Amino acid sequence: MDSILILAVVSLSTIGLVSAVVLYFVAQEFKVIEDPGIGIVEESLPAANCGGCGFAGCRNFAEALVKKAEDEKSIEGLNCPVGGSDVMKKVAAILGLVASEAEPLIAVVRCNGSFGHAPAKVKYDGPGTCAFAHNLYAGTSGCAYGCLGLGDCVVSCNFDAIFMEPETGLPVVKENCIACGACVKACPRGIIELRTKGKKDRRIYVCCVNEEKGGPARKNCSVACIGCGKCVEVCPFEAITLIENLAYIDFDKCKLCRKCTPVCPTEAIHEINFPSRKEKEAEELSNKKTGCVH
Amino acid sequence: MCALKTFRSGGVHPTENKLSEESSIEVFPLPRQVSIPVNQNLGAPGIPMVNKGDTVKVGQLIAKGEAFISSNVHSSVSGKVLKIDDMIDQTGFRRKAVVIKVEGDEWELSIDRSPGIRKELTLAREEIIKKIHDMGIVGMGGATFPSHVKLMVPDGKKAEFLIINGVECEPYLTADHRLMLEKGEEVLIGTMILMKGLGVEKAIIGIENNKPEAIRHMTELSKQYPNISIQALKVRYPQGGEKQLINALLGREVPSGKLPIEVGCVVNNVGTAFAVYEAVQKNKPLIERIVTVTGKTVKKPSNFLVRIGTPVQELLERVQADLEITGKVVSGGPMMGKALNSLEVPVVKGTSGLLLFTEVDSSRTEMKACIRCGRCVRVCPMGLEPILLAQYSENNMWDMAEANLVMDCMECGSCHYTCPSGRPLLDYIRLGKNKVGQNIRNRGKK
Amino acid sequence: MGLLTVSGSPHIHTDQSVPKIMYGVVIAMIPAMLVSFYFFGLGAAKVMLVSVLACLFFEWVIQKYLLKGTLTINDGSALVTGVLLAFNVPSNLPVWMTIVGAFVAIAIAKMSFGGLGKNPFNPALVGRVFLLMSFPVDMTTWPVPKAIFGGTAVTDAITGPTTLGIVKEGLRAGKTVSELLPQIPDYARELLGNQGGSLGEVSAIALLIGALYMFYKKIITWHIPVSYILSVVVFAGIFWLINPERYLDPLFHLITGGMMLGIFYMATDMVSSPVNTRGMLIFGAGCGILTMIIRLWGGYPEGVSFAILIMNAFTPLINRSFKPRRFGLVKN
Repeated sequence: MDSILILAVVSLSTIGLVSAVVLYFVAQEFKVIEDPGIGIVEESLPAANCGGCGFAGCRNFAEALVKKAEDEKSIEGLNCPVGGSDVMKKVAAILGLVASEAEPLIAVVRCNGSFGHAPAKVKYDGPGTCAFAHNLYAGTSGCAYGCLGLGDCVVSCNFDAIFMEPETGLPVVKENCIACGACVKACPRGIIELRTKGKKDRRIYVCCVNEEKGGPARKNCSVACIGCGKCVEVCPFEAITLIENLAYIDFDKCKLCRKCTPVCPTEAIHEINFPSRKEKEAEELSNKKTGCVH
Repeated sequence: MCALKTFRSGGVHPTENKLSEESSIEVFPLPRQVSIPVNQNLGAPGIPMVNKGDTVKVGQLIAKGEAFISSNVHSSVSGKVLKIDDMIDQTGFRRKAVVIKVEGDEWELSIDRSPGIRKELTLAREEIIKKIHDMGIVGMGGATFPSHVKLMVPDGKKAEFLIINGVECEPYLTADHRLMLEKGEEVLIGTMILMKGLGVEKAIIGIENNKPEAIRHMTELSKQYPNISIQALKVRYPQGGEKQLINALLGREVPSGKLPIEVGCVVNNVGTAFAVYEAVQKNKPLIERIVTVTGKTVKKPSNFLVRIGTPVQELLERVQADLEITGKVVSGGPMMGKALNSLEVPVVKGTSGLLLFTEVDSSRTEMKACIRCGRCVRVCPMGLEPILLAQYSENNMWDMAEANLVMDCMECGSCHYTCPSGRPLLDYIRLGKNKVGQNIRNRGKK
Repeated sequence: MGLLTVSGSPHIHTDQSVPKIMYGVVIAMIPAMLVSFYFFGLGAAKVMLVSVLACLFFEWVIQKYLLKGTLTINDGSALVTGVLLAFNVPSNLPVWMTIVGAFVAIAIAKMSFGGLGKNPFNPALVGRVFLLMSFPVDMTTWPVPKAIFGGTAVTDAITGPTTLGIVKEGLRAGKTVSELLPQIPDYARELLGNQGGSLGEVSAIALLIGALYMFYKKIITWHIPVSYILSVVVFAGIFWLINPERYLDPLFHLITGGMMLGIFYMATDMVSSPVNTRGMLIFGAGCGILTMIIRLWGGYPEGVSFAILIMNAFTPLINRSFKPRRFGLVKN
């Protein structure tokens, strides 16, 4: 009995020892040489693996950062939207460079065709995703450009930053949006855009993407952009362009002066997070709209 | 007449419901106003040739098809052009159309309106093709492919047979059936013209077995036209699809991704043959067509001869359709037709029928989990596996969808019709075709 | 007028549905059910009732309280699993074991994979094999069936082995086929159901009637049954011709044990079998060959359940390798 025990212990220990030695040499032989910097950079990234930087996960982004730093001595153009400028500063410090400040972006839904503004003219019966509905027909309100309300954008968000408002049937972007761009890709009609958050989180944009002429556009939705061009005339910074019956505000040129919002006859231009105008201004506003002049 | 043939595999047999097969063709009265889209064919839209305020006559050219795959559009009424504007069409999108206020019924003098049948063919092959092009003839089965292009055989290919589709495999539709019964001789002359235009010696007209009178009548008439044979076929959907029809009649299979000319055939609808007769023998452009208006909420299911551009609303009023209980209006047949967004759309060259459904029949069965029964695979006439294609489309696996030949799908709807779990298979496959088509086009650009 | 509905084509639908298919299968199993009640009496009825109720209960409980999703016990699939599970066990199985079998079949083999349509293995077979492994004695002691129409009983005993059991043991002990034949029921009795076995195994005729009903209603197609039967006949036939004293003839193999049940009701389970007809033929042939290998040389007298489960595992591979004949595919 004893000899069996000793034999078992000795043989198993020998096997263990031999295997350990073999594994050590094999590990050395097949070792993958990697820049240790990649691991350190990866540590400082948020590990969300969301793809917002444009790469397949944080590891991939770390590799790209290290490579670019080596090749070009700068990490210009690479940005992690989740971590923001804090993380980019840290990464730059690790790589011995200076990070440039990128303007924080946020997703903006450029359609206000709610149930009230764009009433349904037909009922839709089919798979409940925007991709299918867009493939099939123009939309329940008849506007071939507007939001279909079936929530592909909501499903695509990994950060719970967008939800469907049941009363209006439109998606609403929350302030925790980090502009990864998933909803932009998910929307089959290109309604969502990444725009700068703006000073004090204020931004102005045209809440419509309809390129039809004013008459048909208005028939389907009461707050559509009709391409009248009044906003273009009034903007002192030439930030607004009118293409295919649709006005567009360039967010880099816009200085948030708020001159365009009151002149829009269909209230298609939206301003976010501004203080409300005083009553006197409101009166002037309404007079301008109805064309009444003192 | 030979024994009953049909295509090799797949297909379904939905209830035929040919409610209007006894109603002879009624000439629909002129509407008050017509809206004629400048794009009523596959391919590029026509370019408007008239302006607001112009007076037009019936048969006048109002839009010219300049591109290779394009077609002319003619006015179907006489009156004044109200506007040329974007008007709503079948899918709910707005496309350019010529709106004409109808005044009287004056026809272009070049059109021969005499009632007799003209049998002699006096034009040469090239002249026939040009005539068909000028008169704006497109495929009347619903696909609206410009007919003159089909007759121009590409280099290296040889045409052996002209096949005429008298099958009308979709349930409810009876336009082609009535046309064969009432204008059978004209159809045969049109077939002779097409044979000359194509340069072939033989033609076969395929008719499904649920139209015995039409088969008898056409067989009798065809005795004077020895090069045209009439073939009865077993009733099966989608026998009217050109690949399936060629397979049923001749046993040949059109190779994947290619056109019927690869196996030496060209397929045309009986309606097209009739329109060709009128175009070549009577100088009459395509300005009217037969439309079946039918369905359970229609008191008098009928077949009308309608001018192109007539609003659909007027046809529904005429058949005393009960719009209160109607939930859906489909342009075409129930298997491949499009559900209309609004009743303001006009009748166009491809409108073979209007089908009304009750509210109950309009909603789909509730979708359940796939039970992998394989019925969809068994009924697919193209030998595809809809169960897999739908899964790939659902999960955005476009490369796998392409590898499984999603582009071969002819969208007949047999899979969707058969699925016991009520899964919207064709919707998934259509999305897949759309995305894969885009990918292929992007690859071609690079 | 209300709003028009817009949906994609086609706008009509067949009236086939999942409940119709499932209830059709249940109706097809009624002849075999009645025969089993006749031969095995109240015990059979008890097992059937317990199995069906347990399957329905487990599916309901899981869907309502665990998954908090839609209830689908109305679609008949749990009912079919319950009946099939009962068919696969002896009629004297204790109630609690039947409940355990139902739990394994529904909760583990079906719901844990995602419910209807997602299970890779036939749930009833998984339940049966689990019971066989866990309670081998109870699962292999069969009650003796009642005599037909008042004739003499097979033996005086209360429990007895199945025909296949007798054959396997006998051949192992060195006896030849001719020595064994008097000990086993003749073909007529086996066709009718007067032999030992699980509830649904015994009567080949009753099962065939049900199968004909399923063919008529287009619930199953001919591919799997025909390829299964052919492969069994060919395989058994070859060996029978080589040595008729060691191997029994193909007809015997077809009508004994769970072969009929397996061919028409278990192997044709849609979820776990291939989707296209070429794959189905391969699947059926594989089942047949594996069944015969286990019967002839394996440790167990009966091989149908294991053969089908093994082929279920190959189904995804078969689906990928065998595609239907494409229309117009140019052969290079």
